[in-house]
Amino acid sequence: MEDGVIRFGKNIVAKEELLCSGHRACQGCGSALIIRLSLKALGKDTIVCTPAGCWSGVGSMYPDTAWQVPWMQTLFENSSAVAAGIESGFRVLMEKGRVPKRHINCLALAGDGATNDIGVAALSGVLERGDDIVYICMDNEAYMNTGIQRSSATPYGAATTTSPAGKVIPGQTTWKKDMPAIVAAHDVPYVATASPSHPFDMMNKVKKAGEVKGPGYVHVLSPCPTGWRFPPELTIEIGRLAVETGVFPLYEVENGHYKLNVDRAQLKPVVEYLKPQGRFRHLSEEQIERIQDRVNKKYADLKARVTGQAA
Amino acid sequence: MSKRVALEGSFAAAEAARMADVDVIAAYPITPQSHIIERLADFVANGELHAAYMPVESEHSAMSACWGASGAGARTFTATASQGFFLMHEVLYFVSGMRLPVVMTVANRAVGPPTNIWGDYSDAMTARDTGWIQLFAANNQEIFDFVLSGFRFGEDPDVLLPVMVHLDGFTLSHVVEPVVLPEQEEVDSFLPKYHHPYAYDPDRPMSYGIVMNPDTYAEVKKAQDVSLRESKEVIVRVWKEFGDKFGRYYSPIDGYRTEGARTLLMSTGCLSETAKVAIDRKRDQGEDVGLLTLHLWRPFPFEELYEAVKDADTLIVFDRAISLGGPGGPIISEIKSALFDKRRDIKFAGLVGGLCGRNLTVEQFEEIVDRGREIAERGSSQVLETIGIRG
Repeated sequence: MEDGVIRFGKNIVAKEELLCSGHRACQGCGSALIIRLSLKALGKDTIVCTPAGCWSGVGSMYPDTAWQVPWMQTLFENSSAVAAGIESGFRVLMEKGRVPKRHINCLALAGDGATNDIGVAALSGVLERGDDIVYICMDNEAYMNTGIQRSSATPYGAATTTSPAGKVIPGQTTWKKDMPAIVAAHDVPYVATASPSHPFDMMNKVKKAGEVKGPGYVHVLSPCPTGWRFPPELTIEIGRLAVETGVFPLYEVENGHYKLNVDRAQLKPVVEYLKPQGRFRHLSEEQIERIQDRVNKKYADLKARVTGQAA
Repeated sequence: MSKRVALEGSFAAAEAARMADVDVIAAYPITPQSHIIERLADFVANGELHAAYMPVESEHSAMSACWGASGAGARTFTATASQGFFLMHEVLYFVSGMRLPVVMTVANRAVGPPTNIWGDYSDAMTARDTGWIQLFAANNQEIFDFVLSGFRFGEDPDVLLPVMVHLDGFTLSHVVEPVVLPEQEEVDSFLPKYHHPYAYDPDRPMSYGIVMNPDTYAEVKKAQDVSLRESKEVIVRVWKEFGDKFGRYYSPIDGYRTEGARTLLMSTGCLSETAKVAIDRKRDQGEDVGLLTLHLWRPFPFEELYEAVKDADTLIVFDRAISLGGPGGPIISEIKSALFDKRRDIKFAGLVGGLCGRNLTVEQFEEIVDRGREIAERGSSQVLETIGIRG
């Protein structure tokens, strides 16, 4: 039995905590779990770039910090570019023999607003150039840190403070931007989706993203009790329902090959995922039906990609 | 043995970065700086420079990648101009605040609209308060020398601040002049390897750019201001050493034919070279006028200014940028403010011209001196006095 690890069946997890306790995340925060477990997967030779978002103030506030690895606050849109600069800097210094050779994970760890919206150009640049960074998008489907404003990752129908459930307009009017598909379209070595409700699957994917040569991208659903309006003890349950209803399927794309990691013969009805969340409370039967149709279609598209039968 | 070669300003900048053995270049093309990064791409592609060349998708990412690379401990260089400079703006503050000695050349260019590509300092002047050391080069030799010495004082452990070298778009960037290039060994003995004492290191984890509240933020900003101000001593010391080694001496404000001059004209960048000819003519005609060329814009060289104007009674400042709705050009505003407490007896005149690459002739600089004296003597009915601008 090795020291420093805990075994869960065939899964081996590092004991060392690289995001230590005492941070300011809300109770039941999905992203706190994502970061804690992802850093266990990547190990201590990791440098983290976090843009504006909850983790600007949650993980550290002078003079405290919960980060046990080098961590920096970046600007909203540039965590991928800063991480790429770090990677290039270390690579050349190692080539020139000025820094001892070792593998350092340069990790951009961003929310959905920083990824899908304001940082999409910088991310696309990194992906296209093949910079050897790890990118984890912690998708809580809105700008939570600034007070639950809609992003392009906010799902159809969800109420946010800028897509309120009004008498005329009932919540978000657009469908969620399919960011993993956009990343995959760059033909990068590794793209995956993950959920903290499936922790070993998530950690394995983050580890793979760190191991591939070139960009590795993991898009993780980050259930947010505060923004989604559900009790904090339901975070894992909500994550699991997102997967089991097909709202957020878990898959990976390795060098262009799609693999569905969790599949069900019969998806649970989306209403089981929507019902416990206050942000969907106002949805009409008709809206729920539209969401169900959309999920069915997207899931079928994904399965076609997995079996190589996509149009 | 150094050698004298013909180089356009862009290539002088690129040569300096090559001889400084930069580790990372992150850049995005924009006229009129593109020759700089094209030349560097050639160096890397031909194996003449061992560096990571990051052809990023925007200037915002260029400066962001420079941040990451410099923080990793890599010597880092980029170049930009005008609108691209503006796209970087947000990142400029982080690079200086994170104390990262990136060196950047800015091939100064006017700002749209109207859409344009030609030179003036309306881009440079918006970066006044970004916390960068800022230099203005007046010729291609100075571009080379300022980039090289910029790495040296920017990376000094007592400084650790980024350095902007401003050079006139087209008038320097695309004009060939003789430039003396030193031997690589001479450069290596002047410029030690870059070492950042707080570089990112997994064996020594630290948190950077951490959130601060009203109880601490101001002290950090004040400390940053002190560091930038105190960098002047290092800059002056490094330039002295540079002069002793390479034979070319620089100072924050260079004087030209200022002996006994009661009237001083202050200019910046390449137009100072034109102004020198006008000063020669005036001197030949027996007028007691000299020229001051402002090289160091940030940190502002207060003491050098006091010294430079100590015998003068009239100061005429030529600005190559317009401060819309403001108190004249950006440089005259600062000069007046700097001298308010020390020299209330000095009479001032500020003239704005040379916008968007509009040429100014030697005769027009003579006119600047004549009109400047008149304005200084009698005062002006308008806040903004211009030269060579209709209407």
